[in-house]
Amino acid sequence: MVATNKKGFGAALWDYLTTVDHKKIAIMYLIAGGFFFIIGGLEALAIRWQLVKPMNDFVSAGFYNELITMHGTTMIFLAAMPLIFAFMNAVVPLQIGARDVAFPFLNSLGFWLFLFGGIMLNVGWFTGGAADAGWTAYAPLSTTSLGEGVDYYVLGLQISGAGTLMGGINFLVTIVNMRAPGMTYMRMPLFTWTAFVASALILFAFPALTVGLFLMMFDRLFGSGFFDPAMGGNAVIWQHLFWIFGHPEVYILALPAFGIFSEIISTFAKKRLFGYTAMVFATVLIGFLGFMVWAHHMFTVGMGPAANSIFAVATMAIAVPTGIKIFNWLFTLWGGSIQINTPMLWALGFIPTFTLGGMTGVMVAAASADFQYHDTYFVVAHFHYVIVGGVVFALFAATHYWWPKMFGTVLDDKLGKITFWLFFTGFHLTFFIQHFLGLMGMPRRYWVYLEGQNLDLGNLISTIGAFLMGVGTIVLLINIIKTSVKNEKVSGDPWDARTLEWAIPSPPPFYNFKQLPLVRGLDPLWIEKTEGRKGMTPAEPLNDIHMPNNSFLPFVISLGLFIAGFGFIYQKHDLSWLIVLFIGMGITLGAMLVRSVKDDIGYHIHKEDLKKEAEE
Amino acid sequence: MKDWMGKIRTLSLFSFLVIILSACGKDNLTALVPKGYGAEQSFNVIIISILVMIVVFVVVMAIYVYVILKFRQRKGQEDQIPKQTEGNKTLEVVWTVIPILLLIIIAVPTIASTYDLADESQKEDSINVNVTGLQFWWNFEYANEEIQTSQELYIPVNERIYLNMMSSDVIHSFWVPSISGKMDVSPENENTMYIEAYEEGVYWGKCTEFCGDSHSLMDFKIVVVSQEEYDQWIDGMQNTDPEYTAETATAQEGQELFENSCISCHAIDASANHPVVGPNLADFSNRTKVSGISDFSKEEIVRWIVDPAEVKPGNGMLDAPYLQENSIGQEEAEKIADFLMELKATDEPVDSVQQFRENEANDN
Ligand code: HEM
Ligand SMILES: [Cu+2]
Repeated sequence: MVATNKKGFGAALWDYLTTVDHKKIAIMYLIAGGFFFIIGGLEALAIRWQLVKPMNDFVSAGFYNELITMHGTTMIFLAAMPLIFAFMNAVVPLQIGARDVAFPFLNSLGFWLFLFGGIMLNVGWFTGGAADAGWTAYAPLSTTSLGEGVDYYVLGLQISGAGTLMGGINFLVTIVNMRAPGMTYMRMPLFTWTAFVASALILFAFPALTVGLFLMMFDRLFGSGFFDPAMGGNAVIWQHLFWIFGHPEVYILALPAFGIFSEIISTFAKKRLFGYTAMVFATVLIGFLGFMVWAHHMFTVGMGPAANSIFAVATMAIAVPTGIKIFNWLFTLWGGSIQINTPMLWALGFIPTFTLGGMTGVMVAAASADFQYHDTYFVVAHFHYVIVGGVVFALFAATHYWWPKMFGTVLDDKLGKITFWLFFTGFHLTFFIQHFLGLMGMPRRYWVYLEGQNLDLGNLISTIGAFLMGVGTIVLLINIIKTSVKNEKVSGDPWDARTLEWAIPSPPPFYNFKQLPLVRGLDPLWIEKTEGRKGMTPAEPLNDIHMPNNSFLPFVISLGLFIAGFGFIYQKHDLSWLIVLFIGMGITLGAMLVRSVKDDIGYHIHKEDLKKEAEE
Repeated sequence: MKDWMGKIRTLSLFSFLVIILSACGKDNLTALVPKGYGAEQSFNVIIISILVMIVVFVVVMAIYVYVILKFRQRKGQEDQIPKQTEGNKTLEVVWTVIPILLLIIIAVPTIASTYDLADESQKEDSINVNVTGLQFWWNFEYANEEIQTSQELYIPVNERIYLNMMSSDVIHSFWVPSISGKMDVSPENENTMYIEAYEEGVYWGKCTEFCGDSHSLMDFKIVVVSQEEYDQWIDGMQNTDPEYTAETATAQEGQELFENSCISCHAIDASANHPVVGPNLADFSNRTKVSGISDFSKEEIVRWIVDPAEVKPGNGMLDAPYLQENSIGQEEAEKIADFLMELKATDEPVDSVQQFRENEANDN
């Protein structure tokens, strides 16, 4: 158990394929999410390269549409979501003083479903065309799109969505049930709070997507007509289903991002979070309002002035709790001793950027003004300010902040700052100008724009900015490689931080806390440190620790669904593919059966071993 | 500290410069110089919200810059522990209440204009046009005048026109930024909006709902003319001749080719009885653009006929039975172009159109 001998590659691989340890799952989410982020980024650069000058012919119309569709889909579902999950997995159990998540097996299953779903989404590239109906896949364009691209979209999202839903439920249960003694709700770190609310949003939002995707799958693969007006269906219903999911999705991403910044700002300003209670309520309120406003994506659908006005006002209301957050961050900084290193730089870059994104959010919420902004580059600018300026900045910040906790080494601060400045400058060059492009008449999802429409300069600048961001990302990769090669180990608490995850070694032992800590207030580690103690006071005597066994079944279950997906898709051309469908479902159901009938009660780490380890 | 501020300064200077350089866009396309009722209503709300937002941004940035300058950890202060403040009820109430007030300032005109723009009380007494969106062009049928045309919507200046819009395939969206905000064109229920233009001229329209391969090329125009010109145009359109015979010899050959290969989809008279398959080509010689995007010239017409896929990928003309079996060569296309350029509804050229073509020629 205690052995730290180097394992062979095969053994290490097998370890990752079967692990149920939240920390290893976090690393897998980080790698997979990072990989898809790069794919999505390359797609973005191809899009921007096509738009570098008017009437460019770098890519064809059809391929361009695949690029925008896959860029959006990849970034949201395969990069941002899993990267958020990476940090939730790496950090939340530690922050609440738990030994693992509530359902480790389910946690692993969630990851493999996401990964196989993500691969499925991208298979289209190699089989005659990826999805091309936009990441929003509006019917009837999506239901009538030729080829299998949209089928891969539907099945890939369905599989990975199931994984996300499981992850969300798992975190809800974990946070409700597994907090260390003394960790009341109002002592939970903000990142845990936001992970909690985001998980609740997942629980309510993803079923809407699941239902929508099922209906679309039936329309496309089995000839039903849920979204076909000619058959008595309703095409606009898809938009409602999609946005009832899609709008909360933005908050599923943004709230944990807020949590990340709250942690970083209070750590590096060396102050407790200003207005903690207000921050918690603002988080919950944003989560709640996030559900009430989906139709602000549909002001031009023809819902009528009453609906438009209601959704406009409800949307504007979100600005209030968001504003509370911004001011609370500013006043956390106020009177602090602000240390500006890479994670903090991202947090400081986030504040003005996200303020701009929030402000354009209020602007697009004004229905009658949105008649001009909607589906133009203004909106492209707005949502990138929110998802890149909010979420991606947070992911970069979290990468630098929690890297030592996850890997035991610190990323190079100089290179980190270079990454920041390149990305930050590139980001504003790319997207600020797009507000104007939109108002000057450039609609979104345009493969080319005509000559002589005064859109050339703005697009050129935008493309230059995008490439700067690309260079910034490359510097981060170099940083990661350099840090890993040097492999200089750091202590458990390199930032002099405040929350529980910093109370144990970096990287943490596989059982996390030898003895569960006793939490005596907000920022528990900080409390102990200011009272002169080195670490947390244990809340229990040293005891045997119960651990779950590794399992290969999550991988098999997901693989089965992946195989079945091909059966679903190709049976529309040739019924013999039904065999593949049955084989895939057979694998999945078989693996589930094994899981149900096999007794797997895990194992114990004995306290004698823990003692011995401590002495060494 | 210095170099950090410097970076911010260069950055903002640069973006400011960029805005000045690009000014407000092309004046018959931009939403920033409204030339119609709807655009003006939206513009007012845009301006109000921008002003409010600038105030908010300035306040946030003032606190932000002050905090960073003042409370940045300096050399030797690494071990200093600041006072741990919990929060401040008064401050928190202040920054909850003020934003609510600011939002009300935006919400009231928003709601007022949203209702105003949905007003249908004058529909019965106004010109009504039935708009059909298709991949990737637009059909306009004048309900009472019983004519139809495509790609270019003629309207009289300072008149309210009601548009009743439906799609015949996927969802499109009708947008003429200088005149009015957009409205989706859906295949299942009719959406109505009205437009009113303040100045004669030709205004650029775009499809803004992603609709397939040539979504970015689904452009159209609103041609705003004087009341007098409008009446003439309507009259001319009502009298376009289905039995028209071309004048010149090449045009006659072109007409013959047209009647063999094109007439199943395209009509040359503006009667509303023709089914909407391909664009109605009556009055073709007065078009501002070919296929909505290319300069109006014989060369471009020929380019379109010879290879429509090259101009607009995925467009419906590629499915035409005749074109699937035979391709039309350069020479034939030139003859057809000669014929098309003879089609006109009025002898007087339309001022706005002439003006527009000249401007475009200068711009490019
Ligand atoms: C590397 C930085 C990025 C660049 C340069 C970039 C650029 C673009 C461009 C040019 C478009 C197409 C706009 C259009 O034609 O309508 C687009 C669309 C989009 N982007 Fe990004 N993007 C970046 C990062 C991201 C990230 C991180 C996310 C989300 C996490 C994201 C989400 C989206 C979405 C949802 C769309 C809409 C796709 C659609 O219209 O179907 N982007 N982006
Ligand atoms: Cu369209």
